[in-house]
Amino acid sequence: MLPPARPRKLAKVPFVELADGRLQGVVSSGSDIERVYVSSVAAGSYEFACSTNNNRPCGGARGSFCNHIFALITEAVLQYGVERVARYLRVDAADMDAQAIYALMMGARPSQADSAAAAQVFSRFLRHLAYVELPATTDPLPEMQWFPPTRVVV
Amino acid sequence: MVPADQGGGVMRADLLADPVDGLDEVLVAVAGVDQALAAGLLRPQPAQVAGLAALADAVTGSPLSARVAEAVEKAAAGAAGEEHFLSLAAARTALLGSVHDALMVRVEQATGRAQGGSSVPVPGGGQAENLVLAARSWLADLARAGWQGIDHDLVSGAEPVISALLPEPRLRRLAALLDGFAAELAASCPGSALERIPLRRWGDLWSRAMLLTLPGATEAPASTVTGRLLPLGVDLHEHATAAQAQVHAVFEPVGGTPFLVRASVSAPKPDTIIGAGIWQLLRPHLSLLTAVSEGRSMDLTDMPITGEGDLVWRDEHARLGEPADPFVTARVVLPAASALPTAPLDRHPARIAVPVFLEGHSAEQPGETLTFSLAGQPVAVDTDRVPAAGPLTPEAVATSNACIGLLRWEAGMFRVQPLAVETTARKKVVALHAGAWAGGAVDKAGVKAEKAATDAATVLRERAGRLLRR
Repeated sequence: MLPPARPRKLAKVPFVELADGRLQGVVSSGSDIERVYVSSVAAGSYEFACSTNNNRPCGGARGSFCNHIFALITEAVLQYGVERVARYLRVDAADMDAQAIYALMMGARPSQADSAAAAQVFSRFLRHLAYVELPATTDPLPEMQWFPPTRVVV
Repeated sequence: MVPADQGGGVMRADLLADPVDGLDEVLVAVAGVDQALAAGLLRPQPAQVAGLAALADAVTGSPLSARVAEAVEKAAAGAAGEEHFLSLAAARTALLGSVHDALMVRVEQATGRAQGGSSVPVPGGGQAENLVLAARSWLADLARAGWQGIDHDLVSGAEPVISALLPEPRLRRLAALLDGFAAELAASCPGSALERIPLRRWGDLWSRAMLLTLPGATEAPASTVTGRLLPLGVDLHEHATAAQAQVHAVFEPVGGTPFLVRASVSAPKPDTIIGAGIWQLLRPHLSLLTAVSEGRSMDLTDMPITGEGDLVWRDEHARLGEPADPFVTARVVLPAASALPTAPLDRHPARIAVPVFLEGHSAEQPGETLTFSLAGQPVAVDTDRVPAAGPLTPEAVATSNACIGLLRWEAGMFRVQPLAVETTARKKVVALHAGAWAGGAVDKAGVKAEKAATDAATVLRERAGRLLRR
């Protein structure tokens, strides 16, 4: 069983996940409510990308990590715990926190990826949002007996 | 005057600790299949073939015998097709069904409550739809690769199937199961690097999903009931993207003897909806959750119910009733309540969740596990299942004088999952319920948790409204 995610505020980073060999997610724009940034960092190589949902490159992500990527790392650490994030990204050091993960990856001078991943990440975000609108049911779901709650936190 | 006892009295904890005859042998046969699934059935090795042969031996003489023998032969040659995997899953499920039955005999002895009624009919037949066949095909690919052979490509193959299954309430059982299972597998990729594989668990999830792809497997014929519903407590289930609240209760039919029932509500959810957010998500769809939080009974009129005692809740058939303290229900009504038989597909040790009432125990915690000593007999207590979004805590359980719980069987032993406890604070008896926040929290910690959860849900709904369907 997987321990559940930890609670966090969603306004700034509504979506973050460890999937497709990347830390990836969506960061709300501070100025335009219609705009979100789609950001990602690859495990191992730390190759990064950041662009808007309309496929415009992020001005801050020229040559190095932007603020959106830092926000993504911070929220991922909140949601999954620092250990799981560091292990997934293959960042290795003692006394880790979000700042340390960010600094270590930056120190490796990662290259900038093309924006090919952005469409995929955004479609995963939409899939994630679709869960909000799926109907509830009062038919019994005996299969859920295999998924008890746990007080263990990540 | 003591009435002829159909129901349960004081729990005989000593009987729960006794070994169950034949149990180990059956579990060895199950482990044989599970080992075979670990390495995968593409090119089975001699040890895997031996494990499968033991499965075939175990069902010899049963109606499954010939089909399973054929499936094992094909699988041993690395030539198993989907119908053969179905037979293997059916055999494994049948073995665990026998474990369930043996354990339930023990539970009946320990609680003094017999399962009444005739057996639940087995549905089935008809044509499987394409979507379900796509799920079956993915499950067959999993079995060929084995847990050690899973990678991201294979696991993500389930995503389009799950996305298509989820919106269809008819197929929700398969969808919710596959969704939780696939997420677990994804977090365990690549399988070749796994240090420890949850063999029994993944074997369970795989074979259950496989059987749910059979047409009619989830059909449950319903009748209706009228009478008074007395809640005992709420059991919560959750994985990252689904949650279910299940209310255990005693039902008093008009002019009949009381029996145990359950009422459930479930919904898919984003993984960031957790804790109090889950109660908020489920609350609007089951008025019973409000009754539970307010300590009230409900009056039901013509409420649909399945043969195994699951109410298929319709708010329009229920009315809020008089106050009803669950501890009074547990002390007075529960001992006289009978139980309905379990549906064939639900005969599995993991599905055992029998309401029990314990009183006059002392708590001990020698190691990791809390134990109640009941008339000198230890009973393990599973406090990890107590949901974090509620006022009941492991500490309160450890100081309790009385406990309403669910008797479960897990990791080879019986355990009690607390649903509510009574403790004594400043010479006053205080009751704490795991599901107290289900219908809405009023205490300070609960209100704070509700506020945070509302904010999270608001953001997601706003984002969904703005970005979906564009």
